[in-house]
Amino acid sequence: MSSAPSGGPEPEAAAGADAVHAAPAAPLAVCLAGHVDHGKSSLLGRLLHELDLLPAGKVAALAAASDRRGVPLEWSFVLDALQLERDQAITLDTTRVRVRTPRRDLLVIDAPGHRELLRNLVTGAADTQSALLVVDAASGAQAQTRRHLALLRLLGVRDVVVAVNKMDLVDWREDRFRAVRDALADALARLGLAAHAIVPASARAGANLVRPPSEAPWWSGPTLVAALESLPERAAAGAALPLRVYVQDVYRIDGRRIVAGRLDSGTLAAGDRVLLLPGTREARVAALAGWPLAPQLAVAGDNAAIVFDEEIVVERGELACAPDDPPKLTPVFDADLFWLGHGALAPGRRLVLRIGTREVGAQLAAVHHVLDDASLERIDAPVVGEGGVARVTLRCDALLAVDDAARLPATGRFVLADDGAIVGGGVIDASGYPDQRRLRARPRADLTAVRHHVQPEERTARAGHAGAVVWLTGLSGAGKSTLAMALERRLFDLGWSVYTLDGDNVRGGLNADLGFSPEDRQENIRRVGEVAALFADAGVVCITAFISPYRDDRARARAAAGPRRFLEVHVDSDVATCEARDPKGLYRRARAGTLKGMTGVDSPYEPPEAADLTIDTRREDVAASVERLCAFVLAQCRG
Amino acid sequence: MSADPLDALEQHAIHVLREAYRRLQPLAMLWSLGKDSNTLVWLARKAFVGRVPFPVILLDTGNEFPEVYAFRDRYVREWGLDYVDAPCPPVEETDASLPPAARAAARKTLGLKRLIAQRRYAGVILGIRRDEQPVRGKERAMSPRDAEGRWHVRAQPTELWGHYEAAPPPGGHVRVHPLLAWTELDVWRYIKREGIPFCELYLARDGKRFRSLGERDITAPVPSGADSIDAIIAELASTRTEERAGRAMDHEREDAFERLRSAGYM
Repeated sequence: MSSAPSGGPEPEAAAGADAVHAAPAAPLAVCLAGHVDHGKSSLLGRLLHELDLLPAGKVAALAAASDRRGVPLEWSFVLDALQLERDQAITLDTTRVRVRTPRRDLLVIDAPGHRELLRNLVTGAADTQSALLVVDAASGAQAQTRRHLALLRLLGVRDVVVAVNKMDLVDWREDRFRAVRDALADALARLGLAAHAIVPASARAGANLVRPPSEAPWWSGPTLVAALESLPERAAAGAALPLRVYVQDVYRIDGRRIVAGRLDSGTLAAGDRVLLLPGTREARVAALAGWPLAPQLAVAGDNAAIVFDEEIVVERGELACAPDDPPKLTPVFDADLFWLGHGALAPGRRLVLRIGTREVGAQLAAVHHVLDDASLERIDAPVVGEGGVARVTLRCDALLAVDDAARLPATGRFVLADDGAIVGGGVIDASGYPDQRRLRARPRADLTAVRHHVQPEERTARAGHAGAVVWLTGLSGAGKSTLAMALERRLFDLGWSVYTLDGDNVRGGLNADLGFSPEDRQENIRRVGEVAALFADAGVVCITAFISPYRDDRARARAAAGPRRFLEVHVDSDVATCEARDPKGLYRRARAGTLKGMTGVDSPYEPPEAADLTIDTRREDVAASVERLCAFVLAQCRG
Repeated sequence: MSADPLDALEQHAIHVLREAYRRLQPLAMLWSLGKDSNTLVWLARKAFVGRVPFPVILLDTGNEFPEVYAFRDRYVREWGLDYVDAPCPPVEETDASLPPAARAAARKTLGLKRLIAQRRYAGVILGIRRDEQPVRGKERAMSPRDAEGRWHVRAQPTELWGHYEAAPPPGGHVRVHPLLAWTELDVWRYIKREGIPFCELYLARDGKRFRSLGERDITAPVPSGADSIDAIIAELASTRTEERAGRAMDHEREDAFERLRSAGYM
């Protein structure tokens, strides 16, 4: 940088036809990560020097910049260009460097290690599948390094090369290297990361970067460069996956309405039919527009310009997808999330959630566990701390089209924004929640309701009480059936018209065609809600005893009965207590792995936000619970 | 997508351009008439199906090379651009503590600030790249500037998975950088692949050529025999001279470029 304007050497002779005509392969992106002063930037700077990739005059400029600060030649200054970075000897922000080795073109992304700068690490690492982790041989992998690894895993990194750096400071002791290596291999395995290679190195001495270390005759493994060169290329399978295009914008050009959007997966061509979500419309692609030429086909990664064959109004945020393989529509899902915001993230917190171009208000419904930096164990915690990684449930203000990240990464991940700033993100696991698309089907328009000649008030007057739905919800084993049957007995003995719908009884007949997938459970509850509403119409107090784990299903049952005749009772207990009771042996089977989709074990339960009555069966015995429930129903339904 | 890495760079740039157009209005593009900003104009035509839907601006010091002005006059017409000439204030109005060439460059900063104040742009698209200069290496695809045009390098937004913070701070604007991930070699390969016109000053004459086009007073040609686009690509595949070696303002002091950029330079 201090070289004079014309101080560079003569350009070398042309490299020949290869450089001109052969399209080079895309460089492999590698994120550089590690603890704040374990020597990431120095290692990269020295690596560039060893590979003879620094521009002419660079070493002299570095020496001068180092001299001015009274420090020995500082290789990190190659990357740490900002004055503050150099003065404080710390990387503040992410930067990218092409590293051309003899056999591979790499794009190394230098991201800061400091814990306050995680957002810069996230920015740097978000598009990479490989990471180079630098760990100090003397101190080994520390909590911060483990947190980085957890974050990288969430961002999509799969393969890791580790440089155990500063080996010169531990006299190249083999036992020290082995100890650090074994601890790292264990941490990587716990996180589901592949330890591609773990190699000893010294950035300051330039040892085992490009040349094998003469200091360590015991080392017979690869150099760092050789390890990086052999990283696997994990090709994106985007085009082979079902179509997903978020509408980015709509242009009107030369009288045509052109829908702009990038294909996150799949392919698109004229004649294709697409389903537009979260609505239920379908449309046909008339043509793809383009300049200078209109393409015949758009594939994953392409920014398409789509013309539909009729003038349908399409808006930013809608998702065009393959009609035969659409994403799930749900307002609620579980996610593995990272949190970069200030302060802890607590349940109830409202944020803006963005998937593709869709933007919707969302609330953190629950924190299931957080990842502990030190042990990498999942631990229970009420909130997600700054820089934390956690399993959570998010609930959005509207139906959202979501894919499971494991299958469709691009449409299975989201970011969270607060006041316009991105403060977190995550990958979606909606497998435990039902697709609500089927429920969006509207009743046929040609139906005409016939009026009864008997009025509800007449039924109430004759029975001495109003019809109602008493909806018990809670985990299996919480005590729903026990309470329901006891309440039924009590009300019947008082001369009331009362009937209980219970899970297994209904599944024997009305719902014999349904299984236990989220969609079938949703349909099970939908039918029970409709039947219970008819009972209430008939003047009967209908008690239902179903886990009914999904909040939306219960809201629909409430709507079917009419809000004033629907009493939601939360029969509250925790999984451990219910599991100890285990009246049907279901928990035992779920833990043994022979029963899938057990609520509270491997399937979610959403507790009511505002139940009409909550009965905590951990604290109250059966008699007292029945008493309270009965008094409540009598007060609500007495004629 | 095919194996050509230029496709991925092209598609990323188009995505950024479309996102900026949707979320930052009014929007404009700086057109310095160099290879990078010509590539930007080309990408904008691709993004918006042939027509650039926002003004393109030359921060005009009056000191561009005549060949550059001739290039402008021709392609404003041929490309049907909404061209805006933004005159830059004289050097006397720049920060006197900067070294001389940096002061000359700072005229553009002032010209840009005036234009943004006048037209209240929410977004300005620029053709800078990470590999040009290490300080630019720290940039974001969408980078906020405060009401004084300053870059707060310590508080840059998070960008991931195609999500950007496209929201100008109060009174400020957002710099949009679609070419950030491109290298000089990528740009020339793309120019060749697409047949994008470029100013002839990039080609060697009498053993010298311009690798980077700035003002006449602060830009020098570098030694080169590359007299065709293929020769340029071959030269770049092997050279060890920095691209901006011919830009005097980069080399006066270690911190000169960072100071320029923090104050609002491109």
